[in-house]
Amino acid sequence: MKLLIRSALVAALSVGLISPSLAENKLLKIGFVGVTSGPAASWGISNQRSMETRAAWLNETGGVKIGEDTYDVEIVSFDDQKDPKRAIAGMEKMAQEGIHYVVGPNVDDGAAAVRPVAEKNGIMYFPYAFPKELYMAPASNAVLGMVANYQSGPAIYKYLMENKGVKKVAFIAANESDPLSQRDGGVAAATALGLEVVADKNTYQNDTRDFVPVLTPVLRTKPDLLVLSGVAPGNAPLLIRAARELGYQGFISTETAQDAQVLQEGAGELANGFISVGGASTPEIRTEAMEEFIERYTAMFGEYNDESNTKVYALEYILETMKANPASMASVEEFQKTMDTFEAPNIYMKGDAMLKYVGMTSFGQKRQVSVPMVVNEYVDGEFKTLFIAEVD
Amino acid sequence: MEQVIANGLYLGAQYALIALGLTLIFALMNVLNFAHGQMYVLGGFVTYVIYGQLGLPFVVALIASAITLAAVGALIEIYLFRPVIRKSHREESTMLLAAAIAFFLDAVILLLFGEKQRGVPKILDGVLNWDFRIIMPYDRIAIGVLAILIIAAFILYMQYSKTGRAMRALAQDRVAAQLMGVQVDRYSMIGFAIGAMLAGVVGGLLVTITGVNSGIGGPISIKAFMMVMIGGAGVVSGAIAGGFILGMAESVGLTVFSGYGDVTYLIIFASLMVFLAIRPQGLMGKPWG
Repeated sequence: MKLLIRSALVAALSVGLISPSLAENKLLKIGFVGVTSGPAASWGISNQRSMETRAAWLNETGGVKIGEDTYDVEIVSFDDQKDPKRAIAGMEKMAQEGIHYVVGPNVDDGAAAVRPVAEKNGIMYFPYAFPKELYMAPASNAVLGMVANYQSGPAIYKYLMENKGVKKVAFIAANESDPLSQRDGGVAAATALGLEVVADKNTYQNDTRDFVPVLTPVLRTKPDLLVLSGVAPGNAPLLIRAARELGYQGFISTETAQDAQVLQEGAGELANGFISVGGASTPEIRTEAMEEFIERYTAMFGEYNDESNTKVYALEYILETMKANPASMASVEEFQKTMDTFEAPNIYMKGDAMLKYVGMTSFGQKRQVSVPMVVNEYVDGEFKTLFIAEVD
Repeated sequence: MEQVIANGLYLGAQYALIALGLTLIFALMNVLNFAHGQMYVLGGFVTYVIYGQLGLPFVVALIASAITLAAVGALIEIYLFRPVIRKSHREESTMLLAAAIAFFLDAVILLLFGEKQRGVPKILDGVLNWDFRIIMPYDRIAIGVLAILIIAAFILYMQYSKTGRAMRALAQDRVAAQLMGVQVDRYSMIGFAIGAMLAGVVGGLLVTITGVNSGIGGPISIKAFMMVMIGGAGVVSGAIAGGFILGMAESVGLTVFSGYGDVTYLIIFASLMVFLAIRPQGLMGKPWG
């Protein structure tokens, strides 16, 4: 019941019904189009809630000053149910509402589907999808919201080769476009590094509940490293548990963000040593602002989701870029011009980390947010930093 | 090969249990309960809260899942399906109602339990390792055995209890059963409650192995429908056979075709289409319904 009341309150806040400063400030709408229902709901909900948490925080503290005006931020959300057709409908809804900045979609086919709508209607969007053609010219309006697997994968494999003596690697992926493309990228990266790929064809249905039959033939190849390509957070503990219970003792890794509580509940100590990629994930690199974000998120929604360590950034980038060039509020061309030189302090990470757009190496233009590539190891209920790297 | 057979038998036992409740409801009321998977999910979450969060014994949690879902099933039958069946003779009315209930439960479960995958502590530690020919954790063995015991208890109940006989009579010929004094409303409600209870029990059992999350109801329902179609809609023994056939097909396919990508389900679905074209009533169903 508490959760229900809290959710209702959040909904009311997010549509601005009881925002105290709404009457004084102008309104800035930022969109979210992503998956918030079904088996992959975790991906989109962590996005949406990160944005709502940050928006509520900003509104509570007076709003966002852009140019001469101060704005309250309103998040307009659309559940695309992981369906490209609905993602297009969502992006069209954003266009009808006059929204120029949208976070999402969460998956490859959705991100590819909305491209014509976004480019036609002057919308910059921040997908969590990896196909390079979304970010390479002539594409112009998509900005990758996280580190791609072809950026983090090679770093992880190299680390494990040099430090743990890994020689043989096996890949397993869900039979969907994102995981399969991530698997193919991973296989190419592993091969280029000189690793022996012993399994690269094994796939599973994304709604699989029992992974023992799926993993049995993979583990017969005796890999030193098992890569769970593009694994959904809900499936990761099931795969890890099944692999360990079948006697597998090698390393297990993925290039997507995971949640420590989900791993703890689903696999317990069997998940120890599992390697994944996060944002400002680990306590030792978090600032007080990140801690406050987590507290506020938890207070609003009942529990935190570690995937938000990465997803906290997209809205921050949009707002900070607008602050740097207020003309970009109404013109994505202005936004794109600003991206080339934009820099702002990263308030979530200790040290002198900066928010800036990257991607020259991978895409030939700056169409990726620079989030810290924190490679984590899960140990006894929490993530520990294995190493930190930067893209570009 | 031993491992493949063991995997198939384990999968088959849990699939058969999932399909039982669905086929029972169909047999009694001619209702395709699209919300069966969501009922499974709700049962899983009840066990998650009571066993995983409150720390009460697993048996208590399992009983709570059974009672909760039986109550939910009874209420759904009394207040939703009964009036619709009474007022509408079109079969799609109940199908639409079942689909609406599925969407409603999906939304409520997401709101109440969140978007994350949930899991509970293992009920048994340790792994059976027979010379690396069969590797099976003890908790899987226990759940597999429990599933088979529950299936056996259900068959005995349907065969020998007064309620079971009444429900079988209803399933065979509704009008004749009514003329013989069987109270249709009462036994439809009991049947729906038992069907929902079975979904809740299997959800509670499997949360210890595979966890649960709010979005898996739909895919569970689809698999349950596949099993029922293979075995024959409305036939208990058919649902059991369908469950074991699907479990074994998955286990063998995923091993034999592992080098060719995800062709196992392609083959299963293609085979199912051919099979249904030849025998639309399924293995044990009757052509006349």
